[in-house]
Amino acid sequence: MLYLLVLFPLVMAAVALAAPSKRDRPWLLPAGALLQLALVGLAISQPVGSPGATAWGGWLRLDALGRVFLGFISLMFSLCMMYAPAYLALRIDRPNRVFCANLFVMLAMMTLVTLSYHLGLMWVAMEATTLVSGPLLYFNHNPRSLEATWKMLLVGSVGIALALLGSFFLAYSSIEGGHSGSTLLFEQLMQIAPRLSPPWLHAAFVLLFVGYGTKMGLAPMHTWKPDAYGEAPGLVGAVLAGGLTSTAFLAVLRVYQICRAGPEAELTRQIMIGMGLLSMVVAAAMMIRQRDIKRMLAYSSVEQMGILVLGVGVGGMATFGALLHLINNGLTKGVLFLSAGNIHRAYGSKRLDEVQGALERAPLSGALFLFGFLAITGSPPFGPFVSEFTILSAALARGHYLAGGLFLVLLATVFIGMGRTVLGVVQGPAPATPSSGRFRDSFGTGAPIVCMAALVVLLGVYVPPPLAELLHAAAALLEAPA
Amino acid sequence: MDQVLDVVLILILALNFYALGVSRIRGIVNAVALQGVLLGIVPLLAHGSHGLRGVLLLIVTVGLKGVAIPRLILYAMREAKIQHEVKPIISPMNSLFLAGVGTGLALALSSTLPLADQHAGLLIVPASLSTVWNGFLLMTARRKAITQVLGYLVLENGIFLFGVLLLEAMPLLVELGVLLDVFTGVFVMGIIVHQINREFATISTEHLAELKE
Repeated sequence: MLYLLVLFPLVMAAVALAAPSKRDRPWLLPAGALLQLALVGLAISQPVGSPGATAWGGWLRLDALGRVFLGFISLMFSLCMMYAPAYLALRIDRPNRVFCANLFVMLAMMTLVTLSYHLGLMWVAMEATTLVSGPLLYFNHNPRSLEATWKMLLVGSVGIALALLGSFFLAYSSIEGGHSGSTLLFEQLMQIAPRLSPPWLHAAFVLLFVGYGTKMGLAPMHTWKPDAYGEAPGLVGAVLAGGLTSTAFLAVLRVYQICRAGPEAELTRQIMIGMGLLSMVVAAAMMIRQRDIKRMLAYSSVEQMGILVLGVGVGGMATFGALLHLINNGLTKGVLFLSAGNIHRAYGSKRLDEVQGALERAPLSGALFLFGFLAITGSPPFGPFVSEFTILSAALARGHYLAGGLFLVLLATVFIGMGRTVLGVVQGPAPATPSSGRFRDSFGTGAPIVCMAALVVLLGVYVPPPLAELLHAAAALLEAPA
Repeated sequence: MDQVLDVVLILILALNFYALGVSRIRGIVNAVALQGVLLGIVPLLAHGSHGLRGVLLLIVTVGLKGVAIPRLILYAMREAKIQHEVKPIISPMNSLFLAGVGTGLALALSSTLPLADQHAGLLIVPASLSTVWNGFLLMTARRKAITQVLGYLVLENGIFLFGVLLLEAMPLLVELGVLLDVFTGVFVMGIIVHQINREFATISTEHLAELKE
């Protein structure tokens, strides 16, 4: 069953490569993504301990934490792919064979990360996501997207290389800790965690956190993000910001789990709180007076990644809040990136100087963009408000007054900074000069975003009990003392 | 065996310095290729023969790091028609100085990390950390995209060197996966170098400076 989850998207990638028609190929994307979502649903419905939830001698396993990520990533990917045919029909001038195939390979590799119970295998899958995102970013084939792709590849490759060195250090800490052999099997590492050699474990955590943190886009390793998200199609931005950064977050959490059970628990918490706040500070500073709407979204993503690691670092109910926020943030980012992509199409620009009065020119996309802004900045009653509030109250309840206070101030700063740009985009009269003029809000480019927005509203007022149960089980894995 | 191993490790370190000091890119490619071949034999020297698995790893490592990747890069160089690194960000003299400092720090750092009994006295950890540092230096000190790719390769070589310590415990699959990923990474980077060349008629990354705040 678990093999199938990885193999099926790879088969779909091959089908996409073989498909002859540029016009029909994009319809493979929603079909494949929905079938994958059905398979994931089947896999998640099996109980955690069942034999179907383990494969390959313990290298693959679907635990509660993996279920949260796998379920969310498949859902997010499916919603994005429903948008894809309408988008690629607008861009019919560009070849899309490699683009479609790479999206499926990306799905396969993200799935593999959520299933990996072996840190080496997880690394290989994370590295593969870096490589396949290259052609996705370069979709527009212009000098600017080339520059963005090159930066992403270089920064991402160095980050992922450091993560490899960190994985090796982690394996070595078990040899030096007196264990008979080294291992990268997660299950075994968790068992021997208290006996791991502290200096090696310490170095391993730093390297792995920096490495996978680069892929997450935490400050100060975020430099690739504004360029990449700024130049990529909105669709790719949504997949990267909702899916790829989430898998990198899972990789960080796996390492955190080991350190929690080992001798470095308190230090790792402090590092995560500190880095989380730093990301929020950097993002807030860059979002004030940001003139480019997609770069603004990239910095918003840096901020949200900061909130995620901050939440896990605080612990307690904040861990639950962070996992819920992962879902809320991903869906809201989907709304923002896809509607920003529509606005970009409608104006032929993503600069604030040229984009005004979006509510008039593309009423649905403009309204959704405004909705996304209100939701992501934590306005009630939407999903991110609930999760951010959970993190904040847990931080205060656990005595992190400074972190909690900063968190509030930074959220307010981001609200004001982002608000200036977003309101400038949606309000006012639309410029009289006709743009490229082909884009109109349509069912294909609107409905998937409305679905995401509906889920964001739903999660704001009601978290379904099965989801809450799953999130609590996953948070318990991150909290349970070994 | 350990003396031979030390000699090989010192050669690997010397190649780092050579790569940083030389201005002909061809020279850097040769250094990286030779480093790849030496890396292939380090596992044999460190652990003795490992049977079929050791031989397979030797062949794949030397084949990829020593032959396939350098050829790919030479091909990219011919396509882009470049020979020299002009105006590096950090001059060769200064890079060598930084490399020396980094190697010293690597020695100091590795003395704080305790080694298991069977690895006591081996130079692998400082050699590995120093190679990682020098690769990083090569990546950041040069402007040409192709030199940055070569720097990435040196960095990966350093990490691979550390992996030798774990050879007994790590499944072959992981090592091969890592090698394959590096190869694919360089392949993708090679394609991008080609695109940069076509787009700007040069592979100097100073033209990649439009995206900023």
